[in-house]
Amino acid sequence: MMAANIDETVKVDREALFQLALRLGDTSLILGHRLSEWAGHAPILDEDIALSNLGLDLIGQARSFLTYAGEVEGRGRDEDTLAYLRNAPEYRNLLMVELPRGDFAFTMMRQFLFSAFQLPLYQKLMQSRDKTLAAISAKAEKEMAYHLRHSSQWVVRLGDGTEESHQRVQNALNTLWTYTGEMFETDASLKALIEAGVYCDPASIRDIWNKTINDVLEQATLTRPETGWMQSGSLSGRHSEHLSHLLAEMQSVQRAYPGLKW
Amino acid sequence: MSDKSSDSPIWEVFIRSKNGLSHNHVGSVHATDKEMALQNARDVYTRRAEGTSIWVVLSSDIAASDPMNKDELFEPGSDKIYRHPTFYDIPDEVGHM
Amino acid sequence: MYTQALNDPANKIANVAEDDEEQYARFMARIDADEKIEPNDWMPDSYRKTLIRQISQHANSEIIGMLPEGNWNTRAPTLRRKATLLAKIQDEGGHGLYLYSAAETLGISREEMEHQLITGKARYSSIFNYPTLSWADIGTIGWLVDGAAIMNQIPLCRCSFGPYARAMVRVCKEESFHQRQGYEILLALCNGSDEQKEMAQDSINRWWWPSIMMFGPHDTDSTHSDQSMAWKIKRISNDDLRQKFIDATVPQAHFLGLEIPDPDMKYNEETGHWEFGEIDWDEFKQVLAGNGPCNRERLAARTQAFEDGKWVQEAALAHANKQAARAASKEAA
Repeated sequence: MMAANIDETVKVDREALFQLALRLGDTSLILGHRLSEWAGHAPILDEDIALSNLGLDLIGQARSFLTYAGEVEGRGRDEDTLAYLRNAPEYRNLLMVELPRGDFAFTMMRQFLFSAFQLPLYQKLMQSRDKTLAAISAKAEKEMAYHLRHSSQWVVRLGDGTEESHQRVQNALNTLWTYTGEMFETDASLKALIEAGVYCDPASIRDIWNKTINDVLEQATLTRPETGWMQSGSLSGRHSEHLSHLLAEMQSVQRAYPGLKW
Repeated sequence: MSDKSSDSPIWEVFIRSKNGLSHNHVGSVHATDKEMALQNARDVYTRRAEGTSIWVVLSSDIAASDPMNKDELFEPGSDKIYRHPTFYDIPDEVGHM
Repeated sequence: MYTQALNDPANKIANVAEDDEEQYARFMARIDADEKIEPNDWMPDSYRKTLIRQISQHANSEIIGMLPEGNWNTRAPTLRRKATLLAKIQDEGGHGLYLYSAAETLGISREEMEHQLITGKARYSSIFNYPTLSWADIGTIGWLVDGAAIMNQIPLCRCSFGPYARAMVRVCKEESFHQRQGYEILLALCNGSDEQKEMAQDSINRWWWPSIMMFGPHDTDSTHSDQSMAWKIKRISNDDLRQKFIDATVPQAHFLGLEIPDPDMKYNEETGHWEFGEIDWDEFKQVLAGNGPCNRERLAARTQAFEDGKWVQEAALAHANKQAARAASKEAA
């Protein structure tokens, strides 16, 4: 089965494109899921609504990417089959997004570090030779611009707030830093997609990301951690302990009653 | 009634629902700064694309007329009918003016 | 405008002490003429208090109402359901905020209302003290609980207090999607496997009676009704609304192929109404008194959120103060 949306002039390996769509979709889905855990529990009511909005944007992106992944794969899997019937090792999301939501400082810092990368990534992917990826990215780009604005303002408020909030958000930064390297990783199949003009070289985003991070951390009076060893594993499906718990919960209804319509 | 210092200020929210219309008051939000007020207003009052523009203003910065003075403020306007076009007689032959 | 400063009730009372009765007569004339009362208009203290009690209770219900559904947020069985459920829960938070904002125009702060909620001084709808045990409950809540809420809220769009009425117009507009998404979930289950149908029936069995209790005690036993009707805060009686709800939902249940768990339920050809059995008011009172299955958990969750919010709120205020100080010293320099 040939998906209608794939630009036939682009010669790429199907499996590589499938993996890329999964990487983008899974990352959005898992982060959206983590944000949705706040609903009803967020520290300030207005922020409860805001976090749901961020989550809804990400779940929307995930649905588009996963639907496309299913089309590219051509084995009849749709967004739900992919989301609910894959096990942790088959997930391709960044490790950073599967970490438990932590406190509000952790949630906001993660959102900031991620959006600061994802915004320029989508801006570049709007030029992708793959028309579907370009179209999804064009929509997602506006959403990520808002996520970055919202999260960076909170990082500044918390960093330049009270002693307690400063400490909390600095701790979050220190914990998350080791997971930031993964955003810039590539492997052989991603490199082939970069060659083909389908994906963008994440190295080309590093300067923009660094500038955003440094500007905001400075306003927030936070200290950028030394870049040392970086965690890695999402490209090969080697995750943290947290993902399988998350999936066990998320997939529980589908797994308990296999093959039904909901 | 309560004026606890940990309460963040109230901002009144005005939304322009469509291009060409004026901003209308829709309610209020709490926020500690204007960026937060704008974003809270966006998230609380425009979840269904109800707006094209948002104004927020600190409630405490609004001066309002006292309803006790309603008569002296607004009654005088109601008998100045010469401010309305129907006050003037124009012969029908002139047509619409 | 909606500032608290302009609404200082002490100030108002001092001004009108000598001609209170005349004020009250004028106030009632406006109510009778279906005029809206606005925050800075003169109003009797008891009208203000009744509204604060009712609006804050309504707001609290929206906020607590996020919790039972939030329990399934992370387990919604498809991505479409996940997105719609999250959007619905978010709406409830939004509705809570519209209502807190309306109540604040009467001179009570949101923080105080939240405080009254977590200390048990203010009530919320007792329905949210029941647990959500299966995915079908998400459907049932949308269909019955939101359905009952809408039934209650539509007449409130014509309530005499302007900010409350306007908030209700927004809420009603947004909530029609809630009931439909709930019914759609049940449709999927009832058109599905036997297990799914059983899940749906079990859910109705548990939620039916609490839902019809949402309309409150019988008119003969309702303490606040008469005065609220006279002030046009309340416009239709508890029993009338309950009957309307039952007449609307019984055929909807039958369409799903589900049974209403009331052996006395029967259609009266003459009146055109569904007649129903005795409501267990003991259960209602017990749940209201704090003995429902989830009362403690619900309050504990909101208390936790409130406590967790303190350092965030303090940080935001501290940052705003620092920014203001910096701006001031820049100006001075």
